[in-house]
Amino acid sequence: MVKVYTSSVIDAPADRVWATVRDFNGLPQWHPAIRDSRIEGNHPSDKIGCIRNFNLKDGGNIRERLLALSDYDFSCTYAILESPMGVRDYIATLKLSPITDGNRTFAEWTAEFDCEPERAGPLAQQIGQAVFQGGFDGLKRSLGRR
Amino acid sequence: MIQVRRSTIIDAPVDQVWAILRDFNGHERWHPAVAESRIEDGRAADETGCVRRFRLADGGELREQLLTLSDRDHRFSYCILDAPMPLYDYVANVSLKPVTDGNRTYWEWSSSFAAPKDRADELARLVGEGIYEAGFASIQAMFGQAAPSRHSARAVTAMGDHRPLDGGAVVIERYGGPEVLRWERTVSMPPGPGEVRIRHTAIGLNYIDVYTRTGYYPLIQPPGIPGMEAAGVVLDIGPGVHGLMPGDRVAYACPPPGAYCEVRTMKADLVVPMPDEISDRTAAAVMLKGMSAEFLLHRVTAVKEGDTVLVHAAAGGVGQLLCQWARHLGATVIGTVGSLDKAKIARTAGCAYPILYRETDFVERVLEITEGRGCNVIYDAVGADTFLKSYEALAVRGHLCSYGQASGPIPPVDIAAFVGKSATVSRPNFGHYTGTAAEVRSICDRLFRALSTGVLQVEISQEFPLRDAAEAHRALESRRTTGSTILIP
Repeated sequence: MVKVYTSSVIDAPADRVWATVRDFNGLPQWHPAIRDSRIEGNHPSDKIGCIRNFNLKDGGNIRERLLALSDYDFSCTYAILESPMGVRDYIATLKLSPITDGNRTFAEWTAEFDCEPERAGPLAQQIGQAVFQGGFDGLKRSLGRR
Repeated sequence: MIQVRRSTIIDAPVDQVWAILRDFNGHERWHPAVAESRIEDGRAADETGCVRRFRLADGGELREQLLTLSDRDHRFSYCILDAPMPLYDYVANVSLKPVTDGNRTYWEWSSSFAAPKDRADELARLVGEGIYEAGFASIQAMFGQAAPSRHSARAVTAMGDHRPLDGGAVVIERYGGPEVLRWERTVSMPPGPGEVRIRHTAIGLNYIDVYTRTGYYPLIQPPGIPGMEAAGVVLDIGPGVHGLMPGDRVAYACPPPGAYCEVRTMKADLVVPMPDEISDRTAAAVMLKGMSAEFLLHRVTAVKEGDTVLVHAAAGGVGQLLCQWARHLGATVIGTVGSLDKAKIARTAGCAYPILYRETDFVERVLEITEGRGCNVIYDAVGADTFLKSYEALAVRGHLCSYGQASGPIPPVDIAAFVGKSATVSRPNFGHYTGTAAEVRSICDRLFRALSTGVLQVEISQEFPLRDAAEAHRALESRRTTGSTILIP
């Protein structure tokens, strides 16, 4: 089991950041690597079990299922159903915590998955940096205070 | 259950921050509120169940027990076993997480506890700011981080910074007229053992302040600060002070004089916390007179339903309170007053029979009203002019309470003559009824209840800025004031 943990500080109130990231269909609005996204079967994007189907700017297609969404904890958990990355049993959680000192947001993005052993290092690097840190950087650009 | 949660970012890797925080006895080295700490029974500081006993910089002692400690999660939890403030079922969690983006640390400190309803906000603020945020600022400073939080400066102040503070005071330069009252800059020292430092919000004006100024009562040796009563907020407390916390609203009425100032450091034992429903202005106006009324009616003697009570100077400060309270206790109140206007004031206060003593002989009138029986209790602060006549107006087995002598000293009396009525005569002294913390709190319990339930009504008719105290004295001495007068710093 490979584990990835990435965390960051976003200079915006947690409820504002959450309003952006809670939309399971909203990745193209803030994640720089995502070209477009839709929810399969016309379900609302906060319906547990719904599937987002999105295309990366480099051409890959990914399907992910929403497993849990908590407006109370500011957290969202999902699983990859299909992807070109070669991961199995991939489950990720994006969680926000308010930083009372300065009214900022502590954002954590974690993932656990299995893969071919020799692919573990590069995959962890790619997910932790390109996917998660890249997403945080996108949020900082769109929400962060100057 | 009250929940408090605070969080911050420390500009250091999580391992370095954890190395400091995981020592359950280490807070004496980094938390500004903790003076010293030790682990009881020689146990290790990372042994769950161990108890740290520590003293706060302001003197209070606490015992806290380590419940869980995880080096894997960078987390520990603890509970309070003993504390000087009413924090019940207090369980706290300290948790660190790495910020991978920048190699920093996210620190969350949270707790849940129960507290008396009227102190919930104050205690939540104390825990959140005085403990958690003050701790954040201290660790940030250790890692060379400029404290970004605008809260932390306030937090440290709220816990009492124990530094000398500048303030202003009205000082009596020498005995004399109102002109000897001068505004001066002063410095209030941090509270020593048994002391409290208070920022005044309202100060009561009393005739005794005039006597202090003229030297008629040698209460101070000039130069000195007059003033017997005030209300305010506790800034900090010295070692060994219990029952008061920084941030508490408090009031007092006690010697020595010294209330005419912005910030005062004084003995803590006669200072009482105030309930929310009583304003600072009311407390400053009523403490001295109200505490007097309380012990006169309840302790010197116990006025009860069916009694007939004579109150001299019934429209005066204490007189009005005696009328209101005696009436509420079920007594019939007779009062002496000097004018028709004052008769109206006394009647409003509950005096059923105001007597204009300049026109009507009060003894005759009292005997008429009581059908010859006289009064069960007589409160007489007039003194020379009234004492012997008051005895004539007293009922058999009555109580004549002489609590002042505004008209001059009372001539010597022949105690054997009291046998004519089996009379009790008392000469109470404020200090003897209000000299201990227990007595003051007991008196104030009843006084505050009477104020908050409306049994006692206090009319504040004049307010002067503190630095214009001389003008306030002129108004008081020339009888231009009615009701109570307060000074506002």
